[in-house]
Amino acid sequence: MRSVLPVLTVVAVILGLWYAASVWLNAQWALDMAARQDRELGGIALVLDTWSQDKPKLPAPHQVAAELWKTTIGQNITSKRSLVYHGWVTLSATLAGFGLGTVLGISLAVGIVYNRVMDMSVMPWVIASQTIPILAIAPMIIVVLNAMGISGLLPKAMISMYLSFFPVVVGMVKGLRSPSRMQLDQMRTWSATRPQEFLRLRLPASMPYLFASMKIAMAASLVGAIVGELPTGAVAGLGARLLAGSYYGQTIQIWSALFMAAIVAAGMVGLIGLIQRVTLKRMGMT
Amino acid sequence: MTQQAAADSSLSSVISARDLDLTFQTNDGPVQALSSVNLEVGKGDFVSFIGPSGCGKTTFLRVMADLEHPTGGSVTINGVSPENARKARAYGYVFQAAGLYPWRTIGGNIRLPLEIMGYSKTEQSERVARVLELVELAGFEKKYPWQLSGGMQQRASIARALAFDADILLMDEPFGALDEIVRDHLNEQLLALWARTQKTICFVTHSIPEAVYLSTRIVVMSPRPGRIADVIESPLPRERPLDIRDTPEFLEVAHRVREGLRAGHAYD
Repeated sequence: MRSVLPVLTVVAVILGLWYAASVWLNAQWALDMAARQDRELGGIALVLDTWSQDKPKLPAPHQVAAELWKTTIGQNITSKRSLVYHGWVTLSATLAGFGLGTVLGISLAVGIVYNRVMDMSVMPWVIASQTIPILAIAPMIIVVLNAMGISGLLPKAMISMYLSFFPVVVGMVKGLRSPSRMQLDQMRTWSATRPQEFLRLRLPASMPYLFASMKIAMAASLVGAIVGELPTGAVAGLGARLLAGSYYGQTIQIWSALFMAAIVAAGMVGLIGLIQRVTLKRMGMT
Repeated sequence: MTQQAAADSSLSSVISARDLDLTFQTNDGPVQALSSVNLEVGKGDFVSFIGPSGCGKTTFLRVMADLEHPTGGSVTINGVSPENARKARAYGYVFQAAGLYPWRTIGGNIRLPLEIMGYSKTEQSERVARVLELVELAGFEKKYPWQLSGGMQQRASIARALAFDADILLMDEPFGALDEIVRDHLNEQLLALWARTQKTICFVTHSIPEAVYLSTRIVVMSPRPGRIADVIESPLPRERPLDIRDTPEFLEVAHRVREGLRAGHAYD
């Protein structure tokens, strides 16, 4: 109970600010409409009007909640109007990209830790890859892969991978190097082979780093999948909903898609956190 | 010493260092860590290395363990090079910190070198049980390191070094981080262990009482360049209760060690 109260307080403050902001941003439109129709609008009526417009500049929280309810619970999940359907389209690409990115990230980290040439050469490229704006190369990846006859989930997954391998490389290089000089010397006194040293010392020691990196990678991966859905012309996915919403000024649809993305991200990051807790507890590392 | 005599003595001794030199290349220029070190360690000896920081005592131990490579002279362990001795599992090495893996139980930590060396599962279990008994930690096999005190962790790390039956135990200030009372207790246990197992032990320490209490021989070293200042044969009997430290013989040896250390400093 003690921990619920502060959370509720913060939520209440955010909702309060949000409602106030939507009054402030939507009032001009309501007043303009009233002036055109020669109506007087003020006080409570003005406030209520700003919270119930069809295409508000900033929809009120209850409008977004109603839209979320309508497009998730109120729709068959195979329907193109269902946010669950669009959410799944995005999530599947996110998970595929996250998986590929994690594997690529760990492989590069192992290479960097064990191979001197890779240690000297790979990291600058890895960092350079992340300085390129993803919005600039996402369409190129989509177009190039489409020309090669690859469309659908894979191009989006590639963009997710591009964003998500980076935190994994950085975290795992640090994690695989976390054993102390003494622990490595100790392995040497037992004449351990490199694979033995890797499996019994470096890999288990890197686990806390891996989970921290995977949480960041998952969030980045979702952003990648959404960005990957934009250039395909609003076919399906949360990115498509965002794009379609902005074409037609459907701000409520945009906000509900944004919330869906946030819920998916929070769920996935929470899931990794759960696996982290269970794994580290079983390893005796909590 | 003639060539023949040198060869004979290196046959009878377990560890033999001859004109050992080791120079580290650092950013501030070369640092001579060991200079003309000569030492013979016989089978079953308990040899302590004592001296101020930078005297090369740990470096010497690491050379024996093939963790550092001498730039001059030679070392043999059981008549072979340190590298071959390491591959033949001739020694167990105990570091300053216990260095137990937090994700393994005490039993799992002791099993670690056995797994690496390819012992069978049944033999691993037998050996783990036996060495835990030896360091008086029977019943702690399933516990994780954080559930044990510092002294118990260090005993577990000694058990780990004993698990694969090396005849030589190299110990680098193993009790340095522990408090006086725990240290006394562990010293007593170590002597009992040494008496039971007949191991040859090389023991690096900062503490004069510890060195005198444990050793059959005390090697006093001095810094810049790291070298042996004095080697003292202990007249104390092998059987040593803790209160032997109040006898005149003990104080006499401790005095000689202190003199040796002081002489080493005066040379600077």
